[in-house]
Amino acid sequence: MIPGQFSYLNPASKSEALKMLADGGLDARPLAGGHSLIPMMKLRMAQPSQLIDIAKLDELRRIEISRSEVTIGASVTQHEMIESVELHEACPIIRETALLIADPQIRYCGTLGGNIGNGDPGNDMPGLMQCLDATYVVESTTGIRKIKAREFYQSAYFTALEPGEIITHVSFVPAAKEHGYAYTKLKRKVGDYATAAAAVMLEMSKGKVTGASIALTNLSDTPLYAAAAVEAIISTGLEASDIKSAADAAMAITNPVADGRGSAAYKTAMAGVMVTNALEKAKDRAGDVKSGGVFGWLKN
Amino acid sequence: MAKKLIALNINGQKHDLAVEERELLIHTLRENLGLKGAHIGCDTTHCGACTVDLDGKSVKSCTMFTVQAEGASITTIEGLAAPDGTLHALQESFRDAHGLQCGFCTPGMLMRADRLLKENPNPTDEEIRWGISGNLCRCTGYQNIVKAIRQAADTINALEAAE
Repeated sequence: MIPGQFSYLNPASKSEALKMLADGGLDARPLAGGHSLIPMMKLRMAQPSQLIDIAKLDELRRIEISRSEVTIGASVTQHEMIESVELHEACPIIRETALLIADPQIRYCGTLGGNIGNGDPGNDMPGLMQCLDATYVVESTTGIRKIKAREFYQSAYFTALEPGEIITHVSFVPAAKEHGYAYTKLKRKVGDYATAAAAVMLEMSKGKVTGASIALTNLSDTPLYAAAAVEAIISTGLEASDIKSAADAAMAITNPVADGRGSAAYKTAMAGVMVTNALEKAKDRAGDVKSGGVFGWLKN
Repeated sequence: MAKKLIALNINGQKHDLAVEERELLIHTLRENLGLKGAHIGCDTTHCGACTVDLDGKSVKSCTMFTVQAEGASITTIEGLAAPDGTLHALQESFRDAHGLQCGFCTPGMLMRADRLLKENPNPTDEEIRWGISGNLCRCTGYQNIVKAIRQAADTINALEAAE
């Protein structure tokens, strides 16, 4: 399969890329790993007039970690996130999630920015970013905007990103070292999208949940932040009945589409299983968070 | 459409090429350079038969425009054996352990296995299976492929220990 014609532009800097994108009009697209866009171009379902290659721009390829903030550039690949020891120490759920995306070859190319920016409900990083309460920093020639991951997704392939804007990086506050976490994903085979997947971040102190965050992947036309499921476990000891309440609350907000992976009812049931598994795993991993906490719902 | 001039290092040899912007790397390798070892299997990024090594990464060359690879060093299956024709340990072990039948997936399997062993010289069978999970084989089955990669790892490690 051979894609249609386009012109390929190779900017030397972020500002040059933004200028090219602004000048290129509505049919110009940024290209990073290309592993969502190129298959669509080969099928002629996407026919951009210009591709602006942002894969090698240093400004978009940094991982920066401080005590108060983790920042990941949009052109950082899944493989680079998996390999980063510092990122794994600060936020181990990222490696756990990235390892469940596609296959090794695709992870060498696929980027964080592509995964979160495409708006494909099957992508895993959007749900994870909602779970982490991440902020997307987007930029155009006219300025910079910050958009919360929980407000970015509008419907399948529709996001808050405006023409001329690219996501430059993502940032979030790292959880306490003792936090629990899990990303659980049911899929038919390596490389498949999730039948259902759940991301959980958990903070417990003296045996009680002091903070939590739960998000779901591929269970609606956008990722879903499961606020009611979080509320169901705050201040509990996360016993089996508490976990069941959270799973029920998560299942109540799903709106999946039946496809080869199963019926809507099956997918919703699997959402419950994924949330249950993720909460159990996160509880096993959680230590005693002594002070603070990022997901401190008690304070809200 | 005007062609773009790009430079690639392929199997240790520099090539200056004029390519169409929409030309995929697999087509440049096979049609332009006559390197037909990397295969087009699914053409949809699933099967891994087109896997080549690009700047230390295994990539599916059906899902990359050649212009994206500007300046890269690429190794294809044609560059895996030594210049004098001595087979790579992986090629020997695939033959020895019956790691192939029809051979269609083999170039991709070998290039992926080569990168896997460079990143993880002593993988468990589980790690080998995850490591080649982007490469599909439809006739040999994976038992002998895993066995062959394990055997090549042992050979390479024994050689390095002896040096």
